Amino acid sequence: MSARLELEGVSHRYSRDEWALSELSLAVEPGELVAFLGPSGCGKTTALKILSGLLTPTGGDVRVDGRSVLGVPPERREAAMVFQKPLLFPHMSVEANVGFGLKMRGVPRGESGGKVETALRRVRMDGYADRKPGELSGGQQQRVALARALVTEPGLLLLDEPLSSLDANLREGMRELVKEVQESGGYTTVFVTHDQEEAVVLADRIALLFDGRLRMYDRPQAFYERPASREVAEFFGTANFLPGRARNGTVETRLGDLRLSTPTPPGEVTLTIRPEAVRFEEGENSFAARITSTTYLGTQVTCGLDAAGVQLKASLPPHTQLREGDRVTARLPAESLWALEDGPEGQPG
Amino acid sequence: MASPYKKRRAPVGLALVAALVALPLVPILLWTFAGEWRFPDLLPKEWSLRGIQHLTAPGSRVAEAVFTSLGIAVAVTVAAVAVGLPAGMALGTYRFRLKGLVIFLILLPILVPPLASTMGIHLTFIRLGLADTAFGVFLVHLVPTVPYAAIILTSVFADRTGELEEAARTLGASPLRAFVYVTLPEVAPGIAVAALFSFLVSWSQYILTLLIGGGSVVTLPMLLFSAASGSDPVITSSLAVVFALPAVVVLLIALRYLKPSGDQGLPGLGKVS
Repeated sequence: MSARLELEGVSHRYSRDEWALSELSLAVEPGELVAFLGPSGCGKTTALKILSGLLTPTGGDVRVDGRSVLGVPPERREAAMVFQKPLLFPHMSVEANVGFGLKMRGVPRGESGGKVETALRRVRMDGYADRKPGELSGGQQQRVALARALVTEPGLLLLDEPLSSLDANLREGMRELVKEVQESGGYTTVFVTHDQEEAVVLADRIALLFDGRLRMYDRPQAFYERPASREVAEFFGTANFLPGRARNGTVETRLGDLRLSTPTPPGEVTLTIRPEAVRFEEGENSFAARITSTTYLGTQVTCGLDAAGVQLKASLPPHTQLREGDRVTARLPAESLWALEDGPEGQPG
Repeated sequence: MASPYKKRRAPVGLALVAALVALPLVPILLWTFAGEWRFPDLLPKEWSLRGIQHLTAPGSRVAEAVFTSLGIAVAVTVAAVAVGLPAGMALGTYRFRLKGLVIFLILLPILVPPLASTMGIHLTFIRLGLADTAFGVFLVHLVPTVPYAAIILTSVFADRTGELEEAARTLGASPLRAFVYVTLPEVAPGIAVAALFSFLVSWSQYILTLLIGGGSVVTLPMLLFSAASGSDPVITSSLAVVFALPAVVVLLIALRYLKPSGDQGLPGLGKVS
């Protein structure tokens, strides 16, 4: 049922020099949930519209199970989409809304009734079949929209920021529901979002897009541990950056020669490490530092470090005794250091 | 919220407006059933059913005129909506070059006094053999009605984003089925408003009917005008009552059924872009 999806060099431009999407190539395995992540205007919704067939790309190819679907209109793509807004048909009951896809496929009434009921139960909206969309809350409407997309058992499920119109407290419940439904149904799913937390929680793999270009496509952990560039590392929260020169298996920096657990080709590099990974102990890659600031955040204390003129950020447990001005020994564990490929850059921001 | 003072005043204002609209109709109703009503009397001295009897009398041709009027008005309504719907859909949905010019040209027939253009149309119709025929009258009634229908439906479609149709497409609906199942039910109130306008404009048309029909196509306004220039207010008033009836019926239907889903009042009277 679930399909394998391939994009090859998919490009789209709305006008001569306005590229919405540039040379997007990636594959989504059957049953996989991939998040298209990026700031607004990065081309992720354009990509989704191309997958649904609502938009024809100006270049490249989209293949489902190895066959190009570019000439296939949306109604024959078997790709169900949930939009940012619920977009329920206001003149139809909840039941008729959910049954719409079945009706369009000519499923007989008797058969479709049971499927509609099952779909509504999956999103916990059974008992609302006779209501009109106007009588439901935003969260309920979005759940019905999800049921409406699922009822046809699509080979491809496309979700365009379906949580963004919901309140924060509803969002988490809906997020779990999406995950649960996707896993139980095994749908190949593409999920568009600008919220990196949402992407990390939901996705098997994340495709990070900036300015219509794919910057990184990998498992969520990789975005924290092995970011492809400084831009990627910064999009995923606070990171330290440290310029250096790699040679003989170590990287020469202003903090001394640091060893990395992953081999680094010689030359100028930028090392990156998450504040959470910085240790306060003697050992490999350790150096003397002074605490320049502390900020209490409830679950942790973030602090600024100054070591030989290099500014770093680190995090401490909430009950730390360390105060501003204290002298400490800090250590950058070899397994948490990562050398960025885009060469040297300035001091950490 | 309005202050209690304002709240109490509002019904008074509404009543005044209602009275202003309704009071002129009272003498018409009185005249319809009047037997003898001379100058200083406030009410008729005698009552009679002469006016009502005239309406149904075979020699008066009222029934025939009502039938002709209804036939033409219904045909005009259907045709105006049939032409106005695609026009409104295109103008309301798509952006294209010279759109302003197209809207201007569509509105031109109601901007130019119909009398002026009808002179030319009359000459053409004589040549085509359409003058003095009901079909010719039907055609000329489209001149003032199509612009109304098109412009009302343009604003109806201008309020639509097309997102519901996109949702329908991804659920397996072809463009045609998306239109039938999603667009049409959504714009139905707008279509109804366009139809009501077209019907009433055609129903009350006098000049165009007179010029093109040349007296051989007798609609209700023809009878009404000739009665009004006569000297029998009873006959004129009874005809006027029949003439006003569809407007009242249509208004009641509109108030009862045309509850728009949003809060923007009657559809078709919103923004036009």
